[in-house]
Amino acid sequence: MSRTVLVVEDEANIVDSLSFLMKQAGFEVLVARDGDTAIRMMQSRPADLILLDIMLPRRDGYEVCREIRSNPSWDSVRIVMLTARGHDFDRRKGMQLGADAYITKPFSTRDIVSCVQDLLGPETS
Amino acid sequence: MLASWSILVVALAYLCLLFAIAYYGDKRADAGRSIIGNPYIYALSMAVYCTSWTFYGSVGRAASGGMDFLPIYLGPTLTFVLWGFLLRKIIRICKAHRITSIADFISSRYGKSALLGGMVTLIAVLGITPYIALQLKAVSTSFNVLVQYPDVVMPPISSRVPVLKDTAFLVALLMAVFAILFGTRHIDASEHHEGMVAAIAFESIVKLVAFLAVGAYVTFGLYDGFGDLFATAARAPRISALFTSNDAGYGHWPTLILLSMAAIICLPRQFQVAVVENVNEDHLKKAVWLFPLYLLITNIFVLPIAIGGLLHFPDGSVDADTFVLTVPMAERMEGLALFAFIGGLSAATGMVIVAAIALSTMISNDLIMPVLLRLNWRGLAERGDLSGLLLSIRRGSIVMVLLLGYAYFRFIGESVALVTIGLVSFAAVAQFAPAMIGGMYWKGATRVGAILGLSLGFALWLYTLLLPLFARSGWLPIDFVEGGPFGIALLRPYALFGLDGMDNLSHAMFWSLAANIGGYVLGSILSRPGAIERIQGALFVDVSSHSGAFGGTSFWRGSAAVTDLKALLARFIGAREADRVLGDYARRRGLNPGHPREADAALVSFVERLLAGSIGAASARVMVASVAKGEVVGIEEVMEILDETSQVIEYSHRLEQKSQELENTTQELRDANERLKELDEMKDDFISTVSHELRTPLTSIRSFSEILSDNPDLDAAERDRFLAIIVKETERLTRLINEILELAKMEAGRMDWHMIDTDPRDVIDEALAATSSLLAGREISLTLDADQWLPHVHADRDRLMQVIVNLIANAVKFCDDSRGEVSVLAGQLGGRFYLGVLDNGPGVPPDDRQIIFEKFQESSEPLADRPRGTGLGLAISRQIVEHFGGRIWVEDAPGRGAAFCFTLPISRVAPVSAPGMKSHEAL
Repeated sequence: MSRTVLVVEDEANIVDSLSFLMKQAGFEVLVARDGDTAIRMMQSRPADLILLDIMLPRRDGYEVCREIRSNPSWDSVRIVMLTARGHDFDRRKGMQLGADAYITKPFSTRDIVSCVQDLLGPETS
Repeated sequence: MLASWSILVVALAYLCLLFAIAYYGDKRADAGRSIIGNPYIYALSMAVYCTSWTFYGSVGRAASGGMDFLPIYLGPTLTFVLWGFLLRKIIRICKAHRITSIADFISSRYGKSALLGGMVTLIAVLGITPYIALQLKAVSTSFNVLVQYPDVVMPPISSRVPVLKDTAFLVALLMAVFAILFGTRHIDASEHHEGMVAAIAFESIVKLVAFLAVGAYVTFGLYDGFGDLFATAARAPRISALFTSNDAGYGHWPTLILLSMAAIICLPRQFQVAVVENVNEDHLKKAVWLFPLYLLITNIFVLPIAIGGLLHFPDGSVDADTFVLTVPMAERMEGLALFAFIGGLSAATGMVIVAAIALSTMISNDLIMPVLLRLNWRGLAERGDLSGLLLSIRRGSIVMVLLLGYAYFRFIGESVALVTIGLVSFAAVAQFAPAMIGGMYWKGATRVGAILGLSLGFALWLYTLLLPLFARSGWLPIDFVEGGPFGIALLRPYALFGLDGMDNLSHAMFWSLAANIGGYVLGSILSRPGAIERIQGALFVDVSSHSGAFGGTSFWRGSAAVTDLKALLARFIGAREADRVLGDYARRRGLNPGHPREADAALVSFVERLLAGSIGAASARVMVASVAKGEVVGIEEVMEILDETSQVIEYSHRLEQKSQELENTTQELRDANERLKELDEMKDDFISTVSHELRTPLTSIRSFSEILSDNPDLDAAERDRFLAIIVKETERLTRLINEILELAKMEAGRMDWHMIDTDPRDVIDEALAATSSLLAGREISLTLDADQWLPHVHADRDRLMQVIVNLIANAVKFCDDSRGEVSVLAGQLGGRFYLGVLDNGPGVPPDDRQIIFEKFQESSEPLADRPRGTGLGLAISRQIVEHFGGRIWVEDAPGRGAAFCFTLPISRVAPVSAPGMKSHEAL
């Protein structure tokens, strides 16, 4: 059973590229265009890893992260934060909230793929 | 042979030297380089105490009364050694109040009483006149004796020669001229006469050296030292008797000591040199032993000269008062005799000059001017410059004083010894002592007491000393001295009320001082002082605390009525507040607030401290001092204090203003700082936001570029799609950068605007044409509904079009997907050009209607799959419209959707539009 990556991103073109990359790496890809949708999707079908943009409509990435981490049943879910704002402040805040990794836009496609692969580990069947 | 002319030449030359010294001293003083600013000159100037009475008279006294010459010098020594603090206090008071004479001092202490000043002056003039006469007598006698050189012959009684040929008269005139030259150069009497002081100090040296020279000559030249001299004297029974059996006894010594103790302070000339001419209070520290030392040295050779004289002229044909001169003459010591004469001249001129100056100041300031001002002589009070008049009065006074002295000398002085004349003067000025010293230590002393004491003392002095002297000189019937007036024995001047068995002087001193002190004390106790007296009294008695730290702890030994204190407080802090604080005070100390009527010292001090807070310590002390003795302060003082208070208030008001200004400035700075911080945060936000906006398209571009690069075997359709995204995002990035720069330019005010008169219709038409391509492939209708004549606006044509294109593009982007409708309305609204762009999209929620015109702020409602704008279009539109003086806003469109509208000021009114003539075209 392949593992699932939820892409939470409001920029259509970036969603396109991330979907392409994750699918190419062998993950199943789900997409949410805002924070609320992301939470709802997690509730209906939890993903193994979330690629989470911070600047999102409705609920921003920090809130989504906090929500995920407040629910013990989602403890195993990995969270990779994506942001176009490269401040240290944002990075620290993300890591404090329980993110597993923090990637700055524009990102290197190889980096983001290997980061996701590292976090999810070798595929177990 | 010493010719009279040669003596005159020497004497005149000496006087000229004195004047040269005085002139030099004044010049140095004017240049600010004083030559008298040291304790040695100060002490030497005080040696003006030693007059010709000392120079000639001491020897005369010793020749007849043995050690009797001494008490006159013991008194001042005691005063200086024991009572230095008294002198210091007098000096301090005089400096604080600019006091210029002893008359001024006493008048000032007792409420600036003109009557007292006048009385003191009169007493001083009458008392000092004999003293001046004494100097004239000494100079003329010594001259007349010396002129006979080498014969020792006593001169004739001068009353037998015509006045104009009388040496003493000529001497008096000469001295008057010198006193005028020395003493009336300046108008301000409180200014120091530095030249005079220098000359006096020089004279003190000359007379001392001359006297020592004669003494040394007698002791070591004529005899073989002190031992030989005294041994010789002991063999002469008449001389040794002087020292073994003093028939006068020592009973009068206390009187003499007391007299001279008072004289050293009360003599006008001593007051002048020790107090008025004092330039530095600290000089007193050395002077208190330097001056007694001078007196001691002076007295070393008095006895030897007296003995030498007695041994030399055993027949008594030579007046002992001339021994200093006649002994060298008899020994044919021409130079020494001349030197002795100069020494005596020094002693005499010094005294006369200083006394004349001091008396003239008193006469003009305390006697003549008050009277002239009261009589308003020749409209004096209105005349501005009185300096010329004052100088004339002083000069006239000097001449008058010397003529008085001469008159006294001519009519009375001949028959009396030098010392006796001097003691009469001492006794007169000693009358000042009670009022003076009492006034410095007893706050309760009053003007009435001082007047009473002085009058009584002076009257008794007159009666028991001066009048008998007149009688003995033949100017009054001697009967009244011997048998009492009208034969009343009890009133005999030398045995008043039956007091017998005392020497005349002690007798006179006893009665005059007893009456003086008694009158002073009784008068003070029985009378109530006026306001000024109280204040002056407090200032005099407490001079140290007033001139020093004003805020020092005060110990009010006196008491005050509580009601007075309360009234005083009420005048400065208000009645209610006064009630409150006094009530508080009473409660704190467990007193019944209504009960105590007499305030204790603690309460008085409490009130003083309270007042000090409102009107300052000095004023508070004076105010409380006035009440603490149960007295209402005179209107003059209140005005003075109020004036001072208002100055303090004015000052603190200005301070307050300043601190208010400072506070305002600080607030402005704080505001500016806040604003800067805000701007800084906004800048940070902006950079962060711009960075985010730029990174977003960059992210797509980079990731698709890498995907394309990493996957060369992508199928063609996918590759084309990815490439199209890269191109589109690149365009977006370019647009974004352009708009950011444009906006930054507008905000910084560096945009070039080409403002011209513009017909909006042309611009709208062009904008519609430019946006028509946006409609391609979409079901959107774009309509224009404009008045036929649109008013012109003053605008930059291209920028105006940019706004319209922007609004249309926005509307196209957000309008309904299936049946999109965008309409442009143009016309006139409320005297302005109006343009609206309406769509049938979702509209803008009321909360977002303001912020969507901010940079990078799009509606919070996400629009899935709609192309993203830069977030700067509306912000730029607003900048442009506002630059044109217009307004832009968004509202609900009729039915559904948003209406973006703006208005602009009209530059040229359109022709009246024909009704119904509206263009309505569909594109």
